[in-house]
Amino acid sequence: MSAVVAEHDHHDHGPAKGLLRWIITTNHKDIGTLYLLFALAMFFVGGAMAMVIRAELFEPGLQFVDPAFFNSMTTMHALVMVFGAVMPAFVGLANWMIPMMIGAPDMALPRMNNMSFWLLVAGVLLLASTLLMEGGAPASGWTLYPPLVLQTGKALPFAIFSVHLLGISSIMGAINIIATIFNMRAPAMTLMKMPMFVWTWLITAFLLIAIMPVFAGAVTMLLTDKFFQTSFFDAAGGGDPVLYQHIFWFFGHPEVYVMILPTFGVASTIIPVFARKPLFGYSSMVYATAAIAFLSFIVWAHHMFTVGMPIAGELYFMYATMLIAIPTGVKVFNWTATMWKGSMTFETPMLFSIAFVVLFTMGGFTGLMMSIAPVDFQYHDTYFIVAHFHYTLVPASVFILMAAGYFWLPKWTGHMYNERIGQLHFWLSAISVNILFFPQHFLGLAGMPRRIPDYAIQFADWNMISSIGGFIFGASQLLFLYIVVDTIRGGTGEKVTDEVWEDASKHSLEWTLSSPPPYHSFTTPPTSIPTEHI
Amino acid sequence: MSTSDTYYIPHKATWPIIGTVGLVIMLAGFANYLNGSSIGPTMMVLGLLVFIVMLTGWFTLQSGESESGMYSTQVGISYRMGMMWFIFSEIMFFAVFFGTLWYTRNLSVPWLGGEGTGAATKELLWPAFEAAWPTNGPGKVGGEFESMGAWGLPFLNTLILLTSGVSCTWAHHGLLAKNRDQLIKGLAATVGLGLLFVTFQAIEYHEAYTDMGLTLGSGIYGSTFFMLTGFHGFHVCVGAIILGVVLFRSWKGHFQPENHFAFEAAAWYWHFVDVVWLGLFVFVYVI
Ligand code: HEM
Ligand SMILES: [Cu+2]
Repeated sequence: MSAVVAEHDHHDHGPAKGLLRWIITTNHKDIGTLYLLFALAMFFVGGAMAMVIRAELFEPGLQFVDPAFFNSMTTMHALVMVFGAVMPAFVGLANWMIPMMIGAPDMALPRMNNMSFWLLVAGVLLLASTLLMEGGAPASGWTLYPPLVLQTGKALPFAIFSVHLLGISSIMGAINIIATIFNMRAPAMTLMKMPMFVWTWLITAFLLIAIMPVFAGAVTMLLTDKFFQTSFFDAAGGGDPVLYQHIFWFFGHPEVYVMILPTFGVASTIIPVFARKPLFGYSSMVYATAAIAFLSFIVWAHHMFTVGMPIAGELYFMYATMLIAIPTGVKVFNWTATMWKGSMTFETPMLFSIAFVVLFTMGGFTGLMMSIAPVDFQYHDTYFIVAHFHYTLVPASVFILMAAGYFWLPKWTGHMYNERIGQLHFWLSAISVNILFFPQHFLGLAGMPRRIPDYAIQFADWNMISSIGGFIFGASQLLFLYIVVDTIRGGTGEKVTDEVWEDASKHSLEWTLSSPPPYHSFTTPPTSIPTEHI
Repeated sequence: MSTSDTYYIPHKATWPIIGTVGLVIMLAGFANYLNGSSIGPTMMVLGLLVFIVMLTGWFTLQSGESESGMYSTQVGISYRMGMMWFIFSEIMFFAVFFGTLWYTRNLSVPWLGGEGTGAATKELLWPAFEAAWPTNGPGKVGGEFESMGAWGLPFLNTLILLTSGVSCTWAHHGLLAKNRDQLIKGLAATVGLGLLFVTFQAIEYHEAYTDMGLTLGSGIYGSTFFMLTGFHGFHVCVGAIILGVVLFRSWKGHFQPENHFAFEAAAWYWHFVDVVWLGLFVFVYVI
């Protein structure tokens, strides 16, 4: 499908003036920028909460906050990072990059695009408002398990409606992405020539449409159980609290892949450029992504090995979960093979990507350990699982988001970032993230439970080290903030070329446009498609 | 698609932010109401009004653009994809409640009755409880109740919805054959049948609450029954409103055989609501 911009309103083609421009914009780049900046802000809000957690855990005993507030912090940290930072950041990248990568003028449904951004803001504001309410913000953990979550004070209905708003926002965003990819590609851009980032987002969008309504349904039942006398999760009335866990994880497990699949896509975009080689095994990457997405729907109860499922369930979910390691392994090997004998250079985006490959693999391995049902009885709800998912999320999703920032900021702004500070940011982050999370494996294996403000004395040393790593990591991110602001304001002053990185225009279409690109990306579809990424 | 075809990209959308504000006021109002705060209802009404203004304004804008020929075939494809995947998300939403019904009937209620590894638990916690369906659980939550039979009003409602599916398709044929009269009559019949369905359901609910002791609080049976049929009934109302708008536009002379996305979207939605009802009829009422 090709697309040419219709010339209907000749008089106003540019953006509106002033602040209003950002409120009523329908432009994919404007909306992408809004998403990215909002996500960056939330990254620091969620990060501040993490600092509270690590400060309290620096030493045993209760130091700074009372236990209820501590529990609110773990809950809100997770919700803000997942729904306010990581997911919106990837939607922002999708908005900016997908139309440019497939040769389209804009997203397929621009008005809805605007609404999905504002609904996101609304949802996060509603959630944040609970911090000020009587009874405090939700403190049940981000999984919102009943019956515990039903003890939340005034915050409960606000948190639930916030989930509804965030869900509608995500679904709208996902629908827009699917319509754009299927309907707006340049004629020469066949499906199997699409950049991996576009592929991974297409599959992620399907996941989102399938799971967000499920989460919405689950929290709706929490609402009616609390306020309308239903008994969905109450055994006295014939319901079952474990049912909530099944529904939540039917959403929750694919949800973690919503955060990791676009990560894979960006890594598959960056690594070939700096290895100066085509991506190894393009089609196997596509199939592996689809396989992971499919499997993600049939493994959810690996989060529930200890709730008392029938033995057949334990075994089924154990083996199914192990299967995920196969397509995931395919990807890790493909990235490694892409770098093999490449003429590599190590600019900041590449450094973050390489760290991603190594450290994500570690998260994958601990996942594999926990997929073994009998041993998960030991790991479950300890710091071991905290270490697992932070390895899959921080040095994976977050690192790749940083990499994407460094990789595309010159394209977006037309300015070059400061490479020396970028490298400093990388090394500080890469070292401190391991000081922060690696000791948590030991803590978990030694039996320290997650979500507690105080702990037994034998956990003191590793907690202190972990907290020190956390403070360094948190502080290092201010460098990223500095670089983003500095680059937007002119960066090094060096004028960047259209392709920014050597031969990047052989990999993907966005590098054939000017830096910064025109307001409407491709007003006429490009005729030739770069294929070096394949 | 030829390159001379054009893709309309709107600029400066004001309705999305207005709709968002309306929605937030409405939901925050509802939350306040649930928390027992007195400004809740006012906020709800206010938010709803803003939301309705947004819907009216946005749809008027879209239908005007559509009628003035600004939407190419390719734009139409985007809209159709949008509607298709929206309906898919709705299917997943209903799947949660169907799944809940399945899980409680086939797993958790039997477990409460001592099946599988639950024998000891049953003896210790609820020795008197016998697993059966319908049930309001070992705590007899909500007190004595009768379950809803299938072959009275619900069966009638099944026939009504099936007929409305036919009349909707008949209207579509009218539209394609440029027979405006058939289009309008078909749509009017569909909306009418939809409203009849909702009326019968209201009567059924009234009976349940007044004569049968069956309420939302009647344990897991009442919860699943009212949640499933309630959300479905809400969707029938929404579908009828959408069809009503389409009827109004048909009467004003909108829609051509080659350009009638709104009609198609409404019809798809209606058929979706229809199919959900068939699932409900079988799994909630008959079995
Ligand atoms: C090789 C692939 C993976 C396997 C086999 C795996 C397995 C597991 C298992 C078994 C658990 C449950 C542990 C427990 O509660 O005892 C778990 C938890 C978790 N995993 Fe993974 N995982 C994998 C990849 C990922 C990825 C890619 C992400 C995210 C990007 C992720 C995020 C999480 C999160 C957030 C939790 C914890 C949820 C919670 O309880 O709060 N995992 N994983
Ligand atoms: Cu999982």
